[in-house]
Amino acid sequence: MNNLLVLPFLIPFAVGAILILFSKHIGLQRFLSGLTAMLMLGVAIYLLSVVRTEGVVVLEVGSWSAPFGIVLVADLFAAIMVLMSAIVGLLCLFFAFRTIAPEREKFYFYPFYFFLLTGVNGAFLTGDIFNLFVFFEVMLISSYVLIVMGGTNYQLRESLKYVVMNIFASILFIATMAFTYAVTGTLNMAQLAERVAELEQVGVLNVIAMFYFIVFGMKGALFPLYFWLPRSYYGPPAAVAALFGGLLTKVGIYAIIRTFTLIFPHNQEFTQPILIWVGAITIVIGGLGAVSNFDFKRILSYHIVSQVGYMVIGLGLYTSLAIAAAIYYIVHNIIVKTALFLYAGTAQRITGTTDLKQMGGLLKTHPLLGWMFFITGIAIAGIPPFSGFVSKLSLVVSSFETEQYAVGGIALAVGMLTLFSMIKIFMYVFWGEQKHTKAQGKTKVGDLLLPAIPLVILTTVLGVAAQPILSFFLEASNQLLDPSIYIDSVLKGGGA
Amino acid sequence: MKRQVRASNLMLHSITRVVTFILLAFSIYLFFAGHNSPGGGFIGGLMTASALLLMYLGFDMKRIKKALPFNFTTMIAVGLLVALFTGVSSMLFGYPFLTQFFDYYDLPVLGNTELSTALPFDLGIYLVVVAIALTIILAIAEDDS
Amino acid sequence: MEILMSITVGVLFMVGTYLLLTKSLLRIVLGLILLSHGAHFLLLTMSGLQSGTPPLLNLNSEAYADPLPQALVLTALVISFGMTSFLLVLSYRTYKAFKTDDLEQLRGSADE
Repeated sequence: MNNLLVLPFLIPFAVGAILILFSKHIGLQRFLSGLTAMLMLGVAIYLLSVVRTEGVVVLEVGSWSAPFGIVLVADLFAAIMVLMSAIVGLLCLFFAFRTIAPEREKFYFYPFYFFLLTGVNGAFLTGDIFNLFVFFEVMLISSYVLIVMGGTNYQLRESLKYVVMNIFASILFIATMAFTYAVTGTLNMAQLAERVAELEQVGVLNVIAMFYFIVFGMKGALFPLYFWLPRSYYGPPAAVAALFGGLLTKVGIYAIIRTFTLIFPHNQEFTQPILIWVGAITIVIGGLGAVSNFDFKRILSYHIVSQVGYMVIGLGLYTSLAIAAAIYYIVHNIIVKTALFLYAGTAQRITGTTDLKQMGGLLKTHPLLGWMFFITGIAIAGIPPFSGFVSKLSLVVSSFETEQYAVGGIALAVGMLTLFSMIKIFMYVFWGEQKHTKAQGKTKVGDLLLPAIPLVILTTVLGVAAQPILSFFLEASNQLLDPSIYIDSVLKGGGA
Repeated sequence: MKRQVRASNLMLHSITRVVTFILLAFSIYLFFAGHNSPGGGFIGGLMTASALLLMYLGFDMKRIKKALPFNFTTMIAVGLLVALFTGVSSMLFGYPFLTQFFDYYDLPVLGNTELSTALPFDLGIYLVVVAIALTIILAIAEDDS
Repeated sequence: MEILMSITVGVLFMVGTYLLLTKSLLRIVLGLILLSHGAHFLLLTMSGLQSGTPPLLNLNSEAYADPLPQALVLTALVISFGMTSFLLVLSYRTYKAFKTDDLEQLRGSADE
């Protein structure tokens, strides 16, 4: 028993509720929320260190023992994800202080921001499928509010599609859980894993596994179900787009990795090719979308789609190195993508647009922004010594090791597309003639770039210190590949 | 279309006056019945909300606002905090989050009664449900321009 | 009884899917509502409908009902209640902003 596990989602939930009371006091809201985000970062770091030293940590909520009550479980992967959400949550919050309009701040921006983090952290930590659904919904309903907040016509129209899409996915999730319960008689992930391994109805289990894949794939923006993402991430303010782009799709990917390593590794000849090829197609489609667009935010959104594919391929290859690469990719992507969206917001603040053709010459007036973008851009394209290189390298290596040459080739080729689209942004936005006015050129953006600086440092550190970090992620992936560790600590060691 | 006091709505008025109290009483019964039999914070809350809504329907908005001077958004926050605090309180004594306790007490009037920590939790839910249901419906109704 | 419930679920899913595929906003919302009802019924039915006492040991019964599906359905219901009301308000606002509920006109071009 360790109540530490509750804190990552209890703190934001409580603070969100308190902040509702102070909706008119912006200063107080900012102070409280900044303090909370820092506290969450501290808790996340402490949680990671505890999990690192003590192994999987389990909490049986309400003292109901494991298969009956809800359990919270933190293994290394979950703890890493909680840490990432704390980092992104903190930095986007500081960006929001400077960019969100006061009307939105008064209109419960901060409470919903923290409810979103509640859902995200809860989804990472829960050990129960139904509880996962509940935390997904907490996350989604806050995301609906954040994405529509401000209420421009574009936002209304696009978020309507986002909401309908996600509600449909939730309904599918409920139906899938019904099937799961009918076949196995449990929704506790550990017990589910045990029973799935014993059951011999492979056909039914395959169907259920694919249902989960579709449900989480919708949230993670995988190939046939990605179409909502580029449009709906275009509307909301930059701080929200950065938080969504960095974090939300990764929650879906986290759920896919969790279910397919823990519960459904039963029939890999069937599932792995699907995972790999869906991932590969997602990469290509996202890459092509990024190349064909001429809008800062849209290009970044298509990159999210593309990069989600790499993570799923990592899972599909299903070797220790490949899953470590997938984790590396998630961490790298969260950091880099958040930073890129923050730059997009900053550039929009300066020029008032995100259309590449109406921008230009920002490097002259805002060199810091330009070079920070340059570093992050080549990091995402996978150029050493930044984090993208290591993750892509280990993914490609493991695809060659498992003799999936075509997938490795696609991953490399689309890397070129990513690089191309990043260079496109750099050329249009930062080189060329200055298209913004002199007054716009004098806009001070130092305080906007401040939250992005830690992200640039992190991507560099992740790239330079690749050896220890990769071996740490290998530890996490070995834990994922051996479900018995998870199962034993939930069903046998729990409650101790 | 403006919402005005419709004097002719005598029927609705007089029925509302009676039915509201029955509904409120029943909702309180449901609230306390929860736990081991059908009922609980959610259902009780919805019942209360429907009673209040009936009042909004029967009379005009301004008058009800004067009679019920609550800020429903604050009520949501308070409800959430009450429920949360009940969950956290078990943590303070070293038990897992949300562990519940109960015991039997001899209370005046009520006799031997079971008191459990699930009750304040339910109270929080009750407040949240009432407030949310009314917020949603009033938000749509007030937009009627 | 399970068969009847299954048929009900099937009909709900069928009608819901049909409504979801139409072009009117309100019908889509109604379709989602029906679909979620179908999913809730499914969740309730899937463990088998049982007639037993509540699972409390002091009742000394021979057959106990499985409490889990009921708890799950209650939770799912509450969630879909919230979602539906949000969706209704959102589509109402969209309707007012665009003066139409035809999805063809709400499609929007790719770049604007």
